Amino acid sequence: MSRIQPQVSGLSSEFFDGCNEGVLRLQHCKSCRAIQFYPRVFCKVCSGRNLDWVNASGKGNVASFTVVRKALTEGYKVPYIVALIDLKEGPRMMSNIVNCESELVTVGVGVRVVFSAWSDTLSLPVFELSNER
Amino acid sequence: MISLRGKVALVGAADSQVGIVPGLDANELCADAILLSLSDAGIDKDQVDGLITCNSMSKPMLYHAEAMAEYLQIFPRYCFAAGAGGGTTFSILHHAASAIVTGMADIIVIAMADCLRSGLSREQSLLAQSSTGHPQFEQPYGPTVPAYYALIAQAHMAKFGTLPEHFAEIAVACRAHAVKNKNAQMRDPITVEDVLNSRMIADPLHLLDCSLVSDGGAAIVMTSAERAVDFPHPPVYLLGVGEGHNHEHISQAKSLTTSAALESSKQAYAMAGLGPKDMQFAQLYDCFTPTVLLELEDLGFCKKGEGGPFISSVGIGPDGSLPVNTHGGLLSHCHPGNPGSMFALTESIWQLRHSAGKRQVINAHVGLLHAQGGIMSSHTTLILGRDAS
Repeated sequence: MSRIQPQVSGLSSEFFDGCNEGVLRLQHCKSCRAIQFYPRVFCKVCSGRNLDWVNASGKGNVASFTVVRKALTEGYKVPYIVALIDLKEGPRMMSNIVNCESELVTVGVGVRVVFSAWSDTLSLPVFELSNER
Repeated sequence: MISLRGKVALVGAADSQVGIVPGLDANELCADAILLSLSDAGIDKDQVDGLITCNSMSKPMLYHAEAMAEYLQIFPRYCFAAGAGGGTTFSILHHAASAIVTGMADIIVIAMADCLRSGLSREQSLLAQSSTGHPQFEQPYGPTVPAYYALIAQAHMAKFGTLPEHFAEIAVACRAHAVKNKNAQMRDPITVEDVLNSRMIADPLHLLDCSLVSDGGAAIVMTSAERAVDFPHPPVYLLGVGEGHNHEHISQAKSLTTSAALESSKQAYAMAGLGPKDMQFAQLYDCFTPTVLLELEDLGFCKKGEGGPFISSVGIGPDGSLPVNTHGGLLSHCHPGNPGSMFALTESIWQLRHSAGKRQVINAHVGLLHAQGGIMSSHTTLILGRDAS
């Protein structure tokens, strides 16, 4: 059984194409320069409609996390870490923290993005612990 | 803005059988609760001219309120189904009060039921509820509903030093209330150690920090304060109500540790002309123990960050200074999903009628009710009282 797959469509295709290319892309407002996630048809700060995309650093910090011990579906192998990541560029996103012992994860710890295959055609951003805070 | 203070009253209340109730589907349980609430109000179904429901997950109907009206053969002039997760009950009550005051209906029934225990498999129930997550940017990472709330708990612990023991005390208090309620699903007393020793589900939440998975339904009858005096039971008046809607997805929340309960309660207190110290009891949404702790803070019962010590020092069990969830709450009475707060509402009506039996809070004149839906997303606060003024 596979994990839940996001439906790629419309605006979000730029984000998911980036994931397949190994780049974390975020929406950027050309009027007020705000950077936002998830992608929207307008800038949530200034309501401007003139948006493009920028490459993010892929660095961030853990805003909160949990170790899931009872899986959502058989597609997920416990234990796995679900976290909220505050990206260096500002936006917060949900993701998994991978390749580490759960005891090492704390609120505030530094992370960096890596990309993980979710299907034959789609990769998603997940995070590893970095040595930076 | 027209104040709703003292303008409407609750004159009928009933729960269906709750817990594990095989043999009746969600819509049948809903009809059962409605008929019981009409009997409690001493009226015939033909007197109902307003009906508000919430769809079920186990037996959904595209036009739920219309389908329930048809089932019961009532023909209301005001009829709709709403959905804001666990916040639906009190949000609907706000709408119903406005509808009474503006003359859209004279007697409104609010009813909900679901069968998450008997009408869905464990996996279906888990998936249906976790679909509250963002389909593109949250759900793929496998967050369960406990995981969403664990993110809030973990953030509160990191920021304020809240301990798993504080959360556990909430589960223990709700169970102590449920011990006094013969209708509750879980009635064996538990200790803080029992909670901490129960299986970890999503750190820091143990099994006993999580609400139940249940079948059940409830209904209430609302009318104007003028009409309410003609019904058999003492009316319970709406004194204050307020809402706050902050986000739907937890990754988009402005804060993980402060919720829109702050805004909803400010409005409710202002309308009622009352404050937290005036409340003899509180029914606080307890899908997971940390929600109660955050609500106590955001509703002004204690300062932000001091929820844990407040619970330990003041006490929220039957012998505490602020009894919380006097029926046992979602943690120990029952939790059939979206209808969950209906049971906090019916319980509050009985408390304010002084008919709550062994659970009766002495001298209960005013109580506060709070519900939230989604992941600390949609908030509604109610203040109910025995007297209209």
